[in-house]
Amino acid sequence: MPDKTIEEPTWRELPVGCVVLEPGNASRYKTGDWRSMQPVVDKEKCIRCGVCYIFCPDMAIFKTDEGFFVADLYYCKGCGICARECFTGCISMIPEEE
Amino acid sequence: MSTNRKGIEVSIGAAEAIAMADVDVIAAYPITPQTHIVEHLSEIVARGDLDAEFIPVESEHSAMSVCCGASAVGARTFTCTSSQGLALMNEIVFIAPCMRLPVVMILANRSLSGPLSIWNDHSDVMSIRDCGWIQVFTENGQDVFDHVFFAFRVAESRQVSLPVIVNVDGFILTHMIEAIEYWEPEMVRRYLPEFNPVNRLHPDKPITMGAFGMPGIFTEAKKAQNEALLSSKVEILRAWKEMGDITGRYYKPVESYQADDADTVFLTMGSLSETVSIAVDRLRDQGKKVGQVKLRLWRPFPFQEFRQAVKHVKKIIVLDRALSFGGPGGPVASEIRAALYGEDNMPLITNFVAGLAGRDVTVNDYMAMAEKTEQLAGSKVRQDDYIIYGVRE
Repeated sequence: MPDKTIEEPTWRELPVGCVVLEPGNASRYKTGDWRSMQPVVDKEKCIRCGVCYIFCPDMAIFKTDEGFFVADLYYCKGCGICARECFTGCISMIPEEE
Repeated sequence: MSTNRKGIEVSIGAAEAIAMADVDVIAAYPITPQTHIVEHLSEIVARGDLDAEFIPVESEHSAMSVCCGASAVGARTFTCTSSQGLALMNEIVFIAPCMRLPVVMILANRSLSGPLSIWNDHSDVMSIRDCGWIQVFTENGQDVFDHVFFAFRVAESRQVSLPVIVNVDGFILTHMIEAIEYWEPEMVRRYLPEFNPVNRLHPDKPITMGAFGMPGIFTEAKKAQNEALLSSKVEILRAWKEMGDITGRYYKPVESYQADDADTVFLTMGSLSETVSIAVDRLRDQGKKVGQVKLRLWRPFPFQEFRQAVKHVKKIIVLDRALSFGGPGGPVASEIRAALYGEDNMPLITNFVAGLAGRDVTVNDYMAMAEKTEQLAGSKVRQDDYIIYGVRE
């Protein structure tokens, strides 16, 4: 038997009506699992303008200490909007298996 | 006991019972198919006699959606519909029980089109047989009046927290003028406590209702819902017992008439039961050992009580008010046969689909069904054998 985790409650453990009793716990939901393509930034071409950060529909792009914008792979669904909007074409969508 | 009896249209009586139950939100689409129940409630609210929100929505889909939202914030919530209206609200009907929202709905049973029809049968309720609501059937105006309080009491019980449908035959019951013994306000207060939900939407304690369920928990969610419906029977029985103690009228999941020594019984649901009782009396006068078993509780299905009620019976005549096209006949007979499958001395079960879209079924018709069943004794009747009674060939 696999270990029972919080993701695998028994039917008796579900709250009445399947309500979610803890506010804000959507941040724990790993939407990065959905991704089939991963955005990869070519730092030679990146001008650190942040247009990818503005367009990301999931606010999954953050700014690094060096000022580059990169995706948080825990949330990034790999939609590719950042790559489409990037002015310099510095973001490539690379299949996950590569 | 009480002398508080009134001769009144059943729909109006039902509306007044709902007002006496101090409902907070009523949402309904005000057009055919609809009854005087919500029409009269809208008048009661407009007059200022009931402090409630009456929301005349733009469709039944919205009616049930409003009911779910209102129930989620802790409001006592009611709606009423029939046939096509039920079909339109179908999507949300299935969501309410999973979210454990104790909405109460009176379903004035009418046939689903087509052909376009407004008359009485059970094709509407049978289309949502598996929706997960507690479902009861009523036989007369007093039943309907009493079951308004019963429905709120059971639905809102914290041990249950499930929606309840009270089935009332359209026209045959909704539009009849009958003698109804009204409850005193004090009886309602004693029987029906304030609604105190398990969970409610409130800014002080934010929760999420109606979130999605991934494959990893969906099966557990459905099992939990099924267990909730099965175990609601404890509160259903308690609510009927306590109502009996207050009113003197004791209702049961399965009720019998002249069935103790019967070797043949009619199995009926809803308002035609009273006509069947007359047929039973006539057949008894002819010396035939015929009785009647009535299903009042449809969901959760009272397997134990039903098997007990027909234990000694040799033949069951099941009356269906709907047809499962291309299937084993009527949905009720299908379940009755399933309930008795594998029992010792399984009785002969004949299935008559009758009274579709308001076609009268008279005492003589029931006597003819008994006669036909008598002729079939000793022959093999299969699961998919049924008779569409009275159809012109």
